[in-house]
Amino acid sequence: MSTPILEISGVSKSFGAIKALTGIDFSLAPGEIHALCGENGAGKSTLMNIIAGVLQPDKGEIRIAGERTVIANPAAAQRLGIALVHQEIALCPDATVAENIFMPAINSRRAPLMNFRRLHAEAQKVMDLLAPIPVRTKVGDLSISNQQLVEIAKALTLDCRVLILDEPTAALTEPEAQRLFAIVRELRSRGISIIYISHRMAEIFSLCDRVTVFRDGRYVATDEIVSTTPDEVVRKMVGREIAQLYPDKLNEAPGRTLLKVSGLSDGERCFGVSLELRAGEILGIGGLIGSGRSEMAQTMCGLRSVAAGEVEIDGQPIRISCYADAVKAGLVYLSEDRKGSGVFLDMSIAANVSALDLGKLTGKLGLLDRRAETAQATELAKRLGVRMGGVGAAVSTLSGGNQQKVAIAKQLSVDPRVMVMDEPTRGIDVGAKAEIHRLLRELASRGVGIVVISSEMPELIGLCDRVLVVREGRVAGELAADELGEEAIIMLASGVQSNSHNARAQNVA
Amino acid sequence: MSPREAEAPIMTAQMKSESQGARWNLARLGSMREAGLIVIILALCIAMSFASPHFLTWGNFRAMLMSFSIEGIVVVGMTILLIVGGIDLSVGSVVAFSMVVSGALFLAGLDPWTASLIGIAVSALIGAVMGFFVTVVGLNHFITSLAAMVIVRGLCLIVTKGTPLSLFTLPPAFKAIGQGSFHGVPYVIIIFVVVVAVFDFLLRRATAFRKVFYTGSNEKAAQYSGIRTKQVKFWVTVLSSTLAGFAGVIYMSRFGAATPTFGAGMELNIIAAAVIGGASLNGGSGTIFGAILGMALLSVVTSSLILLDISVYWQDMIKGCILLAAVSIDHLLHRRKA
Ligand SMILES: Nc1ncnc2c1ncn2[C@@H]1O[C@H](COP(=O)(O)OP(=O)(O)OP(=O)(O)O)[C@@H](O)[C@H]1O
Ligand SMILES: [Mg+2]
Repeated sequence: MSTPILEISGVSKSFGAIKALTGIDFSLAPGEIHALCGENGAGKSTLMNIIAGVLQPDKGEIRIAGERTVIANPAAAQRLGIALVHQEIALCPDATVAENIFMPAINSRRAPLMNFRRLHAEAQKVMDLLAPIPVRTKVGDLSISNQQLVEIAKALTLDCRVLILDEPTAALTEPEAQRLFAIVRELRSRGISIIYISHRMAEIFSLCDRVTVFRDGRYVATDEIVSTTPDEVVRKMVGREIAQLYPDKLNEAPGRTLLKVSGLSDGERCFGVSLELRAGEILGIGGLIGSGRSEMAQTMCGLRSVAAGEVEIDGQPIRISCYADAVKAGLVYLSEDRKGSGVFLDMSIAANVSALDLGKLTGKLGLLDRRAETAQATELAKRLGVRMGGVGAAVSTLSGGNQQKVAIAKQLSVDPRVMVMDEPTRGIDVGAKAEIHRLLRELASRGVGIVVISSEMPELIGLCDRVLVVREGRVAGELAADELGEEAIIMLASGVQSNSHNARAQNVA
Repeated sequence: MSPREAEAPIMTAQMKSESQGARWNLARLGSMREAGLIVIILALCIAMSFASPHFLTWGNFRAMLMSFSIEGIVVVGMTILLIVGGIDLSVGSVVAFSMVVSGALFLAGLDPWTASLIGIAVSALIGAVMGFFVTVVGLNHFITSLAAMVIVRGLCLIVTKGTPLSLFTLPPAFKAIGQGSFHGVPYVIIIFVVVVAVFDFLLRRATAFRKVFYTGSNEKAAQYSGIRTKQVKFWVTVLSSTLAGFAGVIYMSRFGAATPTFGAGMELNIIAAAVIGGASLNGGSGTIFGAILGMALLSVVTSSLILLDISVYWQDMIKGCILLAAVSIDHLLHRRKA
């Protein structure tokens, strides 16, 4: 084999007492797509940040095209032809899509004035490869998945030799993901090397050439994709067998109605939505990006203003004028935008978990019972398997998947009656995902209502008893357990007479 | 998305989360940061005791404490407002307004206690009006309080027709608040210590104040946790003005006068103290104890400059440099940790 374009040997990195990486080896051949797998907190993002010059290793060396190199900062990485799409979205919300896409390019430009017309035209060309998002839109007005696409487009404009994609599809639905894969394959054929991080085995096995597995910050193995299997990769990742990916479905008729929504509209993004959720079942909601799935859920929970419609919990109509009312009625919503509205990054894990219901932890005189708060967070973190230093640590010190677990712990802390979860397992590894699915099933069988919005087809099909598919803000159809299948969902989601390029405006969430 | 993100476009998510992590660690070792301030203050005191024999006397110490006790009450409100992500430029004007309203009412024949209560209530009302503009109209704290600063100062001049009110007829019992002492400890200092202790404790322990941290740390996530962030911001704004009003009546008792131009520029000193003490202008972090130490540092410096006979013209400049140095050191510490 030719000299690797990138070679890592013996790299270690600690954050205080936490050892994120210990003596890692990794090598990337020219023109390959190399998958990187590992549980949440295994150190994948940390290594990528080292390669992209965001972090400095404590030990070890990096060779680029055979030459020993110190990557001092992100600008140096960019000069070396390394582009990183971060796991967490980092765009300027007040700038337009075009300005964001060309931020790195503008940064290195000499000319004092910008030719906006050309900027827009070029940005639109790159953007259209992925999705028809109008580039004059402000990034802050886009949905989280569209922001993810902008983030990818931004990396594509760089003239790079190594492209790193850290969980790029976590927020994407199937069609966008497919378009991304086509682009990635095209880049490979031009000799560009790609590091691809994902928790979705199916993607890895259809896209990548080799796969490297990390566990607990250590290198485990590198295999050719053709000579390994998803089960084997998972086994190496978690160090044990995962017997069953999805829990058994409900095998009896569902019970009484827990949640009933009728004719719900917010006047702009969802219209006349009606649905019913019964005890014991897990209801899935599918649909394309921009279909109004999240808006629908947010309207239900009082996070968007209701123009018309009614929400009933346990047969009791509830007046929801703001989210606090919904929480009081036992209806909670897990946001898909973890960093923006899901967690308090600079606050402790314990404080994050208790944010939904402080009343419960408040003792006499309105003082917070911090011992109870710690106990609650410790218990939930253990239940969800959060990998952390302690519940006093800031959430910003956790890996992406572990932050997601904290967000879920927050919902669980209030013993909700109905949980509406928007991408509940976004960024969560295979093992922990199976745990969370089992937990959701257990909650459902105890009579908690569970609604799962997911972009991940296998999750909808594997976990849910019934799936509603949303298109353009309306419920396009319903699939019972025996009708569930990727094709059926896509048909409903895109509309049968699908005109492949949906109106551009639809992408502006 | 939070304004914080708009501010540093080139920083990547990871870098940001790291520096936030570091800040949090510092906050947790809050005692460490505060310990650092204490060390600096003590070192300065020791150095000064050699430079000037008057420095380490009870008289000078008392004078220093007195000088920042009343402002210290205002710092408490400002710190809480900074934690929620706001700022209040109008505190100096509100202090003066509370003073002149109470003074004018007293001169009009009201007893001084009732007059003072009305003065404080009017200050709270100013806070409520600002809170209205921030939460309902949707302006930011900076602009709103800038306008309030000018408007309220104007009101002071209108009420007094521009001349200070002389209140030498205040009854001794009322004057005692600002001028008397209990076993040698001035009441002013006692009030200050009580206010600081109470709010420091509440901020650390009370549920209501935890919401202030949530709102300042990530307003959207707070909303998505069912916290009525507008209410939180409104009440914190009211609290800041109320404490400023309270400080105003204590000043009135202390000086036996109500001056319409009193407290001009005070807000900058107060914000500086809170920031030196670790409050972040981005919201989400800060402690009262730290802010008071910041205040103490500035006060020791002022007192030193006076004792060293350094021209008043130099004082502002030196204080500004200290602010810059303190904040820079803090920032560099964060970077090192990341
Ligand atoms: N700034 C930090 N301070 C302290 N610990 C950190 C910091 N950043 C990362 N860590 C720790 O380093 C470990 C590796 O984190 P990393 O983000 O690399 O995981 P990951 O493999 O990308 O996981 P995920 O799949 O959840 O994204 C984790 O245990 C995490 O808690
Ligand atoms: Mg990661």
